[in-house]
Amino acid sequence: MDFWTTPLGWTLITVGGILLVTVGILISLAFLLLADRKIWAGVQMRKGPNVVGPFGLLQSFADFFKFVLKEVVIPSGSDKTVFLLAPLITFILAFAAWAVIPFAPGWVVADLNVGVLYLFAISSLGVYGIIMGGWASNSKYPFLGALRSAAQMVSYEVSIGFIIVAVILLSGSMNFTDIVDAQAGWLWDWNMFGNGARNWPTIVIMIPMLVLFFVSALAETNRPPFDLPEAESELVAGYQVEYSSTPYLLFMIGEYANIVLMCAMLTILFCGGWHPGIVTTAWVESLPSWMSYTIFLLSFIIKAVLWFCAFALVKAFVPRYRYDQLMRLGWKIFLPTSLVAVVLAAAWQVFGVHG
Amino acid sequence: MIAAIAFYVLAAVSVFAALRVVLASNPVHSVLWLITAFFSAAGLFVLMGAEFLAMLLVVVYVGAVAVLFLFVVMMLDVDFVKLREGFTRYMPFGAVVACILLVEMILISAAVAARGAGAHAPGVQHATDVTNVEAIGRVLYTDYVYIFQAAGLVLLVAMIGAIVLTLRHRPHVKRQDIHTQVTRDRKKALAMTRPETGAGVRPEDLV
Repeated sequence: MDFWTTPLGWTLITVGGILLVTVGILISLAFLLLADRKIWAGVQMRKGPNVVGPFGLLQSFADFFKFVLKEVVIPSGSDKTVFLLAPLITFILAFAAWAVIPFAPGWVVADLNVGVLYLFAISSLGVYGIIMGGWASNSKYPFLGALRSAAQMVSYEVSIGFIIVAVILLSGSMNFTDIVDAQAGWLWDWNMFGNGARNWPTIVIMIPMLVLFFVSALAETNRPPFDLPEAESELVAGYQVEYSSTPYLLFMIGEYANIVLMCAMLTILFCGGWHPGIVTTAWVESLPSWMSYTIFLLSFIIKAVLWFCAFALVKAFVPRYRYDQLMRLGWKIFLPTSLVAVVLAAAWQVFGVHG
Repeated sequence: MIAAIAFYVLAAVSVFAALRVVLASNPVHSVLWLITAFFSAAGLFVLMGAEFLAMLLVVVYVGAVAVLFLFVVMMLDVDFVKLREGFTRYMPFGAVVACILLVEMILISAAVAARGAGAHAPGVQHATDVTNVEAIGRVLYTDYVYIFQAAGLVLLVAMIGAIVLTLRHRPHVKRQDIHTQVTRDRKKALAMTRPETGAGVRPEDLV
């Protein structure tokens, strides 16, 4: 037992944790990608991928080999270093952000006390992969796509930041584990429903904030209806036009990892994280530990997957926004609304009657 | 020991990146190196136990300011020959500025060394029981609240100034008015007519 407290043991545990999280996310991404396509197909009354493996379950792995085995084409006029660095940055940052996400009590790679800020910082860096890729391609469509996405992501980061500040004010902590633990108990103890008897009037601001966060998350991850950086009808495929093979794969995996990260954030910030909600946390903790950890982990995963289904459905239902409408929504509606929510949350914390 | 290695690696990277910012011939590469320098500086902050400042540095400078910087620089039409031309002309001026900065830095480090490495400015407390987010929050919103708000006002004035300078109302430009679009109902948008065969719809039918 002593070995695990030495620096070597600590390093081994941390590296093992990182590997576990990374491999776990990569494998679940393969199936989530398939789920995305299946849901999209279902809405359009198609079957979706159904040839590779039973129900097309192995489709993503087939796609993976297709991407990896193709030739990497690098445009002769491109800035080669930056061109290859861009997808790597997107990919690495998308996975680095997962370090602070707690999956179950204590199951987190790095339990930072500024975890929320860390995640916000890493996700604000995500724009560099896109902007560098667009510029280094030395081509007009990718460049336009990169400019669009830079403006879009910077705009929606502001409202995401304010929404997170409102949640932080109500939870009183920037640590994800503390934020989740503050939502222990029943369904109505979740931040989304105003965090229980103590803070129940905040339901008035938290439900709109949940909707705002969801829409901002769509814009932040360049998902439809806000996929203007890669709008195929105007820009072919935006910043990805010149990319092929593995670099393209890295861009795509990074993008999906970010989407699932946003689902995890929605779960943690608004929907109680690992707390099941339909049974109390105290009851789950009274079970044998393997059982309670299974329940905690499952309830986290189920909530995150439900949010992912919402992302997929939005992609299927909603037509693409026009760029000026996108900017109007971000700056003239989301920013003032979330700013008012921050003021209200702060006022409640200072002057409110906490029952 | 690991902390020392981390410090030297981060310090070396930030010095190297800072040098490349000035020496890189392509302005976009300069900005990218600048971002690397910011990032390793944030790492140094973390090593010193100031994780809140480190995160703010990344969020504000790397995540927002440098993106806009890159935005502007990317759109420049870079002419490398012209860039090199001015080098000898601006060299003496740059050397003078560099010398002044160097002398100032030596003075500061000499003053700190003379006072002893452990000495801090009066009034700075070492709170060990609270996280540094809480420590900064407590001081910022109590003792320094007016200065903090004044700094916010300065930024607000700068923002309003920028908007006023660039705001133009051009006549004869059709703009989208979302409110009129959304409040349009069937009465305003639709007219039922029953035109005679061959006569077509007359304008007065459409009122």
